[in-house]
Amino acid sequence: MKIFLLFLLFIFPVNAIRLTSIIRLSNLIDHTCKQTPYYELCVSTLKSNPKSADADICGLAKIIVTSLDSKASDALDQINDLLQDELTLDPATEQALGVCAERYNVILNGDIPQTMAALDTGNYKFAQKGTNDAAVEVSACEKEFTGKSKSPLYELNKEVRRISIVAAAIVKVIINS
Amino acid sequence: MVDPNPFLPVSNPGYTPLPGEANPIGSPVTRRRSICLCLAVVSGLLALDLIVVLIGYRGSDNVQVHGNESGSLAASSGQPEIVRPVSRGPVAGVSEKANGHFADVGRLRSFPWNNSMLSWQRTAFHFQPEKNWMNDPNGPLFYKGWYHFFYQYNPNGAIWGDIVWGHAVSRDLIHWLHLPLAMVPDQWYDFNGVWTGSATILPDGKIVMLYTGATNESVQVQNLAYPADPSDPLLIKWIKYSGNPVLVPPPGIHHKDFRDPTTAWLTSEGKWRIIIGSKINRTGIALVYDTKDFKTYELLDGLFHGVPGTGMWECVDFYPVSKAEDCGLDTSINGPEVKHVVKASLDDDRHDYYAIGTYHDKNSTWVPDNPEIDVGIGIRYDYGVFYASKTFYDQDKSRRILWGWIGESDSEFADVKKGWASIQSIPRTILFDNKTGTHLLQWPVQEVESLRLRSNEFDKVQVKAGSVMKLDVGSATQLDIEAEFEVDKEALDKAPESNVTFSCSSSGGSVKRGALGPFGVSVLADEALSEQTPVYFYIVKGNGGKLTTHFCTDQSRSSEATDVNKPIYGSYVPVLEGEKLSLRILVDHSIVESFAQGGRTCIASRVYPTKAIYGAARLFLFNNATDASVTASLKIWQMNSAFIRPYPSENK
Repeated sequence: MKIFLLFLLFIFPVNAIRLTSIIRLSNLIDHTCKQTPYYELCVSTLKSNPKSADADICGLAKIIVTSLDSKASDALDQINDLLQDELTLDPATEQALGVCAERYNVILNGDIPQTMAALDTGNYKFAQKGTNDAAVEVSACEKEFTGKSKSPLYELNKEVRRISIVAAAIVKVIINS
Repeated sequence: MVDPNPFLPVSNPGYTPLPGEANPIGSPVTRRRSICLCLAVVSGLLALDLIVVLIGYRGSDNVQVHGNESGSLAASSGQPEIVRPVSRGPVAGVSEKANGHFADVGRLRSFPWNNSMLSWQRTAFHFQPEKNWMNDPNGPLFYKGWYHFFYQYNPNGAIWGDIVWGHAVSRDLIHWLHLPLAMVPDQWYDFNGVWTGSATILPDGKIVMLYTGATNESVQVQNLAYPADPSDPLLIKWIKYSGNPVLVPPPGIHHKDFRDPTTAWLTSEGKWRIIIGSKINRTGIALVYDTKDFKTYELLDGLFHGVPGTGMWECVDFYPVSKAEDCGLDTSINGPEVKHVVKASLDDDRHDYYAIGTYHDKNSTWVPDNPEIDVGIGIRYDYGVFYASKTFYDQDKSRRILWGWIGESDSEFADVKKGWASIQSIPRTILFDNKTGTHLLQWPVQEVESLRLRSNEFDKVQVKAGSVMKLDVGSATQLDIEAEFEVDKEALDKAPESNVTFSCSSSGGSVKRGALGPFGVSVLADEALSEQTPVYFYIVKGNGGKLTTHFCTDQSRSSEATDVNKPIYGSYVPVLEGEKLSLRILVDHSIVESFAQGGRTCIASRVYPTKAIYGAARLFLFNNATDASVTASLKIWQMNSAFIRPYPSENK
């Protein structure tokens, strides 16, 4: 029994350190996300990735960019699905979808690799450029669809745009820290 | 499966204990009254342990990087694929009015860039490689009859990444010939990037190159390289010193805040001295090192200089300017008629700032003449797009020459489509402005005038308040414009005083009329003025009748496209008693480089018109002031192309 108590007391300080560092890191997520325009999205994206548990702010940025990558891929998949539906597609929409596919390709093959490389090597302004540009590409895609109703990609575009803005905001925090 | 709310109690204990931790749950506790307290303590500890285990839960890595349908991501290699366009129908016609906004306001269509519009954007006489991405100028120098220019380059695409050193040579800083890549990331110490560096020419003519490498572990280090064959005037091959890196981040400096070594200069003790930019918390700093052989270095105590609140200092530069003569000075020169300039590129806002001050060789420090306009908080080389700039001493013509990286202001989609991104400024000579004592003067090198073809002169044209006139110059996409303006004296005297502080960027642009401005020229305009880029002066009369002049470039209506950046750039420009207002503009397709008052204030702008291109581009003279009429005299030259191309291989 005494041995058991001693044992618990021994592991408790270790846990205490883990606890304080984990609380500190949760505070890092909270502190960082408060500096982005979409706090809830930022927090939920970070917390849903286990790597956020012991990431520094650069690591948090990379997690957001990974999520951007995933959402942008989903958007591109959706675009390709819509393009398959030849019978109900009018020429204007088809053209707009084509441009959107190109812009999403730039996000996936240009903005995201550039941002990751910049975060890795510490040349953060190129991460800022990449994440800001992702938001530009999404806005441009959305604007391809003229007319009063929202585009068929509206919800996905909105998600991708928001997450890229969150990423850009976190990069700005890194640069200004 | 990841528990998205690790702070809530878990109903099924399907967790994995942390490695090294014993599973605390399941150990039986015998019931004895004397240890009720112990039970409570134990339960408390167990509860805490449980929470800790839940928080620290690490399930399997279930973050997937999608790499299938969207093509290879290759995130770690940073190599973008060439975008293959999805086939689509014919390009639609011109869209709705431009709204000048960058955000998704309304339902306006972003402009589908066609090849004609995109290929027009390429410049005719500014340095740029044949394709792909470029950024910082590196190691400029003059050697054995050739000007050498190196630059950050991505051989694989039109975005930043895979950085190597590109190389080109010229006899005259204008007509460039491309050479093979000078350095590539073939060592562990520059595996993640052969970054920016500077050249030092030793008294015996030897060249030493110091540059930053991003190592295979992403640590920023400084490396030494030198020409493989000094007798080769083209300096094609370079050797990296076998003992690299020669400098690693010192204690207290973050391994990602240590880059861009300067040209070295001789100290009074005969050692070589360099500075490297960095930061400590939010203070931008320059570290200073002495060396005798460029292989081993001594970090000097104290900082060369630092300015709180400015953040990371990139691409620092340090050089002397003469107060007495209109010429450049070798970097090692010092003396009573000499001031020293310190410059930094601020990572925070991507602008280049300089300050003039005094260098103290003995204690290796530098002090600004006016701490209120110290490095990073005072004067900028250029109020437009101009970054990572670097000077060198041209020993052939005794000039101090400045190079600046001018990036794109469009989307990366367009960059990828057109296959290139970024240009360099026309090299500028730097002189100390004796008349103001506070500014440097930057002016396009004289050799650019060799591109001038036929000219049109307009002498003392009266431009009444509220008027616009087209200047018939023929083609208007490659121009060298010199202009002088005189404001009607009566209007200057009668103009009301204003308390309002004016700034170009928040002024609302050239449509906002004041008593004494705006007036100037509008370049890259179409006939209907639906697209135009005004470059202008705006005079404000402050308290006590004091006149201050501002110089602006308004890009808000430069293009109908909605996916390009269209800000208004500019700044206050000192105008001394008796001086006429003067400007010079180099128009070269998508770059407009403007200089006011002999180069006291400069603005480099990138514009991407969709209509005011090729033969449809026009030039206008305008005066949008409400009261003052203006007399303008202009000389406008057509500019030839510089035919920048690869070095002819049979001549190598």
